[in-house]
Amino acid sequence: MIEIKGVTKSFGEKPVLRGVDLTINTGESIVIIGRSGCGKSVLLKHLIGLIQPDTGNIIIDGEDITQMKEADLYRMRRNFGVLFQSSALFDSMTVRDNIALELEEHTDKPIEEIDQIVAERLRMVGLPDTEALKPAELSGGMKKRVGLARAIAFSPSYVLYDEPTTGLDPIMADIINELIVNLKEKLDVTSIIVTHDMVSAYKIADRIVMLHRGVIMYDGTPDEIRSTDNEVVRQFIEGQADGPIKPVPVGGPSLRYHRSG
Amino acid sequence: MRHAISKLGKDTITFFEEAGAIFMLLGKILSYSGRVFKDWHLLLQQMMTIGFRSLPIVMMIGLFTGAVSAWQTNYQISGYVPIRYLGLATYKAVIIELGPVLTAIILAGRVGASIAAELGTMKVTEQIDALESLAINAVRYLAAPRFFAAVIMMPILVVFADFIAISGAWFVAVVFLDIPTKIFFSEIPQFFIVYDIFAGLFKALFFGGIISLIGCYVGFSTTGGAEGVGKSTIRSFVLSAILILIFDYLLAIILF
Ligand SMILES: Nc1ncnc2c1ncn2[C@@H]1O[C@H](COP(=O)(O)OP(=O)(O)O)[C@@H](O)[C@H]1O
Ligand SMILES: [Mg+2]
Repeated sequence: MIEIKGVTKSFGEKPVLRGVDLTINTGESIVIIGRSGCGKSVLLKHLIGLIQPDTGNIIIDGEDITQMKEADLYRMRRNFGVLFQSSALFDSMTVRDNIALELEEHTDKPIEEIDQIVAERLRMVGLPDTEALKPAELSGGMKKRVGLARAIAFSPSYVLYDEPTTGLDPIMADIINELIVNLKEKLDVTSIIVTHDMVSAYKIADRIVMLHRGVIMYDGTPDEIRSTDNEVVRQFIEGQADGPIKPVPVGGPSLRYHRSG
Repeated sequence: MRHAISKLGKDTITFFEEAGAIFMLLGKILSYSGRVFKDWHLLLQQMMTIGFRSLPIVMMIGLFTGAVSAWQTNYQISGYVPIRYLGLATYKAVIIELGPVLTAIILAGRVGASIAAELGTMKVTEQIDALESLAINAVRYLAAPRFFAAVIMMPILVVFADFIAISGAWFVAVVFLDIPTKIFFSEIPQFFIVYDIFAGLFKALFFGGIISLIGCYVGFSTTGGAEGVGKSTIRSFVLSAILILIFDYLLAIILF
């Protein structure tokens, strides 16, 4: 179980998180939605201690990671797999080495066993026999899937997904959604998915929360959110330009622009 | 005026903040000095990249440094210092000053900037975050092998540079200045001091540390996409070149 309690975070003068409270139960798939730039990635990075909150606590399985010694934090991170927004594959390494790295660094398993695990993970994400390729030779969708294979190589209890379907064609996006659902069942993981893709959200979520203006302003099941009368949420999930969420004015109040996403 | 002073104040604070951050990174890297030899494959790989691949350019620098210093020394001393001292003068200049400093400045461009670019790219493409998410410490995995490889390889490279430089000087002396080999080397044994060689190599080791530490620091603090990476490479080169010159002066005072 992950408990996020009153987390605030500013960069310079700019507040991004203004008191996030959220409890994520073991075994559930929770989707965090919100506009681009609202701090979804920042929130995810807090969960593995890549970013320290200004105030507030993050308690993972009873342990507060904001108070942890460095060595304990690294131990905690082994329970997590992260699929990054840009896949973030190590481009100097082959697909095989990307996936094998965590096992090679933290275990004494023999090479044959590691190779077996790598092959199995690649089969799970539908990319068998791609071990020898370099990231530069992969398409965007393949990169995401290799990134996913890497994230689950060490059999984590928690998998974090940062916009897993953004930038993919609808068919590939659906393949990724299927994978997320399947992995949850096969590996029995708790999934935390950040996205602004509502099709994806409905498909994978047990619960959907919305991050807006630095706080969790909505929390409900997919069915509840579909029939909500919260206007901010409605505007977001229906994707309308008009509503309570205003585009951020830049270069003066007369200039309006629409941010992508 | 008020504005200028407050800007100066802010710049001073940033300067000390950055200096502090650089020292923190150095401390962390040094805390892995035992571990880095266990990660020998990472260290070896960096020693190849930093050391072996730099050999051609280091030899080039050595050759011309030697050739130029023989020619210039001849011009400077002719008339009031006996020409048999030419070999000695070039030898000393190369060993204690030209070899380490020129090699370091060139490697600040060749090695330091490439470390900054590589780590900077990894930073802006979230690869550093990815590494950390795999519970792998980026300082241990990326910075420590580069730092120790540079510290180990720099003195070795400078030995090569020195050797080639003295050969270059000898060649110029014999072929263009009509100084016989025997005369060129005649005064060196008499004034040969082992300490000079150690001092020169110690400088090299120190500069190797500066180049890689600054490369790693600037790389890790890169922000702002491809443009940021470009800025980082320049920043890393300028910062290490300045520090090399400053520390060359400080080390001169301490060592000689
Ligand atoms: N390391 C950082 N330094 C400064 N600002 C940051 C940093 N990381 C994120 N931000 C800012 O925080 C805000 C939220 O970013 P992010 O979490 O990436 O948004 P998103 O919801 O699209 O994932 C953005 O305005 C971004 O510019
Ligand atoms: Mg994001």
